[in-house]
Amino acid sequence: MRLSKILKNTLLVLTACLVLSACATKKEVATDIQGQMQGDVYTGTDTVEYLADGVPDRVFFATNESILTTASRETLRAQAAWMRKNPGINVVLEGHADERGTREYNLALGERRANAAKDYLMTYGISSDRITVLSYGKERPVDSGSNPLAWSKNRRSVTVKAN
Amino acid sequence: MTKKFLILLFILIPINANALIEVDITRGNLNPLPLAVSPLSIDEESRKSFEKILKKENIGSAISNIVENNLKTSGLFNPLDKKAFLQAPDIANLKPRFEDWNLIKAQALITGKVNYVDDKLRVEFRLWDVLAAKEMMALAFTTVPNNWRRVGHIISDKVYERLTGEKGYFDTRIIYVSEEGPKTQRIKKLAIMDQDGANNKFLTLGNELVLTPRFNPASQMVTYLSYFKNMPRVYLLDIETGTQEVVGDFPGMTFAPRFSPDGKKIIMSFAKDGKSDIYTMDLENRIVEKITNHPSIDTSPSYSPDGKYITFNSDRSGYQQIYVMKNDGSNVKRISFGNGLYGTPVWSPRGDLIAFTKLHKGKFYIGVMRTDGSGERLLTENYYQEAPSWSPNGRVLIFYRETKTNSKGEGFSAKLWSIDLTGYNERQIKTPTDASDPSWSSLLSN
Repeated sequence: MRLSKILKNTLLVLTACLVLSACATKKEVATDIQGQMQGDVYTGTDTVEYLADGVPDRVFFATNESILTTASRETLRAQAAWMRKNPGINVVLEGHADERGTREYNLALGERRANAAKDYLMTYGISSDRITVLSYGKERPVDSGSNPLAWSKNRRSVTVKAN
Repeated sequence: MTKKFLILLFILIPINANALIEVDITRGNLNPLPLAVSPLSIDEESRKSFEKILKKENIGSAISNIVENNLKTSGLFNPLDKKAFLQAPDIANLKPRFEDWNLIKAQALITGKVNYVDDKLRVEFRLWDVLAAKEMMALAFTTVPNNWRRVGHIISDKVYERLTGEKGYFDTRIIYVSEEGPKTQRIKKLAIMDQDGANNKFLTLGNELVLTPRFNPASQMVTYLSYFKNMPRVYLLDIETGTQEVVGDFPGMTFAPRFSPDGKKIIMSFAKDGKSDIYTMDLENRIVEKITNHPSIDTSPSYSPDGKYITFNSDRSGYQQIYVMKNDGSNVKRISFGNGLYGTPVWSPRGDLIAFTKLHKGKFYIGVMRTDGSGERLLTENYYQEAPSWSPNGRVLIFYRETKTNSKGEGFSAKLWSIDLTGYNERQIKTPTDASDPSWSSLLSN
């Protein structure tokens, strides 16, 4: 009995150490990729392409979220301005999720993300007739890695010229 | 594509109603029942005829190998090494010398005989209780020679049923998604195979992305998601004719389809304006009904076997959880309350349990809970796995799992796995390519 209690305490201490060291590693990772993520939203430019000068083609999301960040809203305003200037261009908004979710839920989540972008474009004067929404769920990652940075690049809505 | 074969079945001798050997399948079986599968005996003339037709040197041995493999993979039986058998197959089938089989510790014995009769394959087999020195069952089948694998599966099902008291699951097929290529440009095709991995066939060419195929109760039709023309929609495929059609006329993505237990309806999600709700479509009159109406994501619906209830997952609480409601959408009740996220609920064909995928602290689990959410049991934990599908007897789950192919966490491999409801007997099912989204058919013969 006593021995098991001692063992238990040792285990507790060990677990605590493990938890602490895990935290330490996590922090290191966070520093490593600093400048590329804010919270868990991607803020880098590695994967970003441009629809026109100064008009990035994509916005990024936090895990399980479809809320547009300040940076995303800025990107979408630039896209809306570009679309107003080019009334002949229609777009497809392709919504994506990372691989850390079940397939069917992620299909819905991709649709929700693309719709968040669509709603924002519409509030800046773009007619819904010009926008098609297409969700790929987690089927078309841009980064095949399995780490927080790769996942952050994959949680995205990409605006693609439809014509 | 596959014709329905007629298999004639004769009961040679009335089944002895006395309780003889019994195998308890409700617990993890750490002591599988030792049993001997004697090769089915065959006369030289029949052997030659089948060799010519089927290109199999000895069809009797080939069929008994199927039986042996099925019983072994069930985890409930331990087929003994044939080299230790003392009695020749033909004599054993007439009258086993029980002392000989007892000596090698076999508790049950399967014997049989194959004949070539009027261009047909005639198989008889017997199941013996070695300790009681009694015959437990004797059956005979006549079918076309090409059906020989199915004969092996049907014998396995009969033996399983006689020894466990529950229906087997060997004469069944698995439909799944075959995967090839890099993760960013994965090529996916529908594929179908026998439960043991034999007779693999591809049903689509891989020109468009396909996901989540599921059988109808008769196992002749499949409903799935296809990105044909870049419009993700639920489709219906007739496996025999190859005919495909889109299900319903929805102005947006439909996904997560399954059949109702009577096969008359398809239940699925329709996504619009960032919301996903559950709908049904009657396949006869094409009437579409909206079942849920909520600004959340409602998806992965699955009917109870009596068709009266539906389980699904929804993030209406803020996170993905499992719910149960009546089939008209009323009485929605959340049933999952553990830590983490819950998805892909699927109702057991026995009606008593719901299998699911759970995400918690970066791990994926396959588990089961009662239909009121009590008694949650996690069967297997891994880096990534999801989408359980039940064997028709509700005793085994098949699912898919992705693993990293090197220690740096790069590369990946997707494979099908099965696990018993007990949490024991986890096995990989071999497929020619990577594989995901498995769905188990019902028993093809009864």
